[in-house]
Amino acid sequence: MQTRSPNLPPDTQREMLRRMLTIRRFEERASADYLAGKIYGVVHCYIGEEAVAVGVCGALERGDRIISTHRGHGHCIAKGADLGRMMAELYGRQTGYCKGKGGSMHIADFGIGMLGANGIVAGGIAIVTGAGLAAQMEGKGSVAVSFFGDGASNAGPFHECLNIAATWKLPMLYVCENNLYAAQTAAAATHALSDIAARAAGYGIPGVVVDGNDVFAVYQAANRAVDRARSGDGPTLIECKTYRWRAHTERRGQPDPRDQQELEVWKGRDPIARLERQLREQGDLDDSGLQTIERDVVTALDAAVAFAEASPFPTPERATDDVFSA
Amino acid sequence: MRELTYNEAAVEAVAEEMRRDPKIFYMSTDPIGPLLREFGEQRVRATPIAEAALTGMAIGAAGSGFRPIVDWRQVTFCFVAMDQIVNQASKIHYMFGGQVSFPVLYRAAVGGGTQLAAQHSQSPYSMFMNLAGLKMFLPSTPYDIKGMLKTAIRDNNPVISFEANRLMARKGPVPEEEYTIPLGKADVKREGSDVTVVALAWLVHEALAAAEELAQEGISVEVVDPRTLVPLDHETIRNSVQKTGRLVIADEAGPTAGFSAEVAAVVTEDAASFMRLKTPVKRVCAVQVPIPYSPVLEDHVFPDRKRISAGIREVLQGREPADAA
Repeated sequence: MQTRSPNLPPDTQREMLRRMLTIRRFEERASADYLAGKIYGVVHCYIGEEAVAVGVCGALERGDRIISTHRGHGHCIAKGADLGRMMAELYGRQTGYCKGKGGSMHIADFGIGMLGANGIVAGGIAIVTGAGLAAQMEGKGSVAVSFFGDGASNAGPFHECLNIAATWKLPMLYVCENNLYAAQTAAAATHALSDIAARAAGYGIPGVVVDGNDVFAVYQAANRAVDRARSGDGPTLIECKTYRWRAHTERRGQPDPRDQQELEVWKGRDPIARLERQLREQGDLDDSGLQTIERDVVTALDAAVAFAEASPFPTPERATDDVFSA
Repeated sequence: MRELTYNEAAVEAVAEEMRRDPKIFYMSTDPIGPLLREFGEQRVRATPIAEAALTGMAIGAAGSGFRPIVDWRQVTFCFVAMDQIVNQASKIHYMFGGQVSFPVLYRAAVGGGTQLAAQHSQSPYSMFMNLAGLKMFLPSTPYDIKGMLKTAIRDNNPVISFEANRLMARKGPVPEEEYTIPLGKADVKREGSDVTVVALAWLVHEALAAAEELAQEGISVEVVDPRTLVPLDHETIRNSVQKTGRLVIADEAGPTAGFSAEVAAVVTEDAASFMRLKTPVKRVCAVQVPIPYSPVLEDHVFPDRKRISAGIREVLQGREPADAA
């Protein structure tokens, strides 16, 4: 069951669809270009989980800050990052967000409050909790959001930070994207509770479980948590149950021990198809409207790829830039 | 001039900077009384014993416009935060292409001599020197720690202030007037012409004592205190060695891949310095063991003025090492 749309204007709802589609098409392209040897290192795809990033970021303002994971493209796009600079970073170019120093796992845009993808599981939770402390000290009502996976919820920083955020009533959202696997290992094999959200009780904060493939359910849960955070009542742990469609990384020959039937079941819960269907049922989307969105997404993506391909590589001596700040 | 202890000078530096800049705040598992009383619990935060979280939170707060200070207290307590130090703090400015600055000061007491045994008597700064992207220093006097802390707090990078346990109560002159000391500038604590001793922290004072004794025998010892570990002042060290032609390095840490090894390399890979060396370089370091508790054992493990004197005599005579320790 898809949650009924909240009182969002149809344009905003269609924008959510456009962002989710942008994430999916961006990653389909990144995967293809990675396999074609145009993108280096590693790429982790978020396909299947798009409703989480878009639903949460839909509840945020520009001044709110987020931090991402190694699977970070979706959060960047949902927070409003520039596709050209993202793609240029994947291509290792000087015009990329990190001037070619970071790649897929380290895209950041501090100008829009995106404090970075992070290659270490649970590595970003403390950093963004510091951004939450900064938001509290600034006193302007901003919030900070930590995106992380079920794997990170077993690591120390998750527990240390929830304890501090709860004690200091930091304006934080801890958004666990439970895609049921920590790399190749099933979540059930790594913790005894079925719901990670239940851990919130141990820190005296609300813990919420939502259907992470239902963008409005995610949005509504995030909205309540944002309201609570902005009014000074402290953090919320939101667990979004979801699933990644692709293997842990795009590397060829990557083992994927997951049950194919399980994958097919989750593909039947495609967050994009669900939103599309609902918008049609509401009378807010028709074939031509969907075609327009698809065309816009592809046009923007083609432009991003063209920008990346036309951008220069950094010159080798740039390797010694930015070790220290002036 | 008035005298302050090393510890008082450090606290005064932090207090002066916190008065100057409201973006500075302080996190510690055990707040410093005078700071807490002056600045209140919002800016001087008592935290859970969760150094991994604190170390990372400082990075996030710094990237959001604040200038946090995290006091790990003993350096040993920061090892639970190594992911945040190694994977995050040291690399975050670089791997994000220099988008924003991360001005964080981490404070950590180092060294032994207080019979606290292996976990609380550590000098692991070379582990951190090996990372690109962190500045760090280890001052030897109240004057230096105050001036360097003030500079470090104003620096736009993560900086680690290593502070010597043995020197906390040691007094020295500290002017009332405002001053700062740049990072990356060594200080020649005593001029001499026969041998250069590069020493850190407590061993600066031991080297000065050794120099005073040897002066009575007509041996002229120059004592160079690098003060900053990263960036290390190569020029002052090389200039001194080029003048004296002999080098002894004294460090309270063990020798293996340590600060002392770095100084030896800085001198020997520089042709002008290497050509002036009259005898092999001598390192006077802790014995490479976890630091033991019993005073008899601890005193045996750490270098002191006697071992520095012996090292100086050795390079003066160009003899083979007599003492494996």
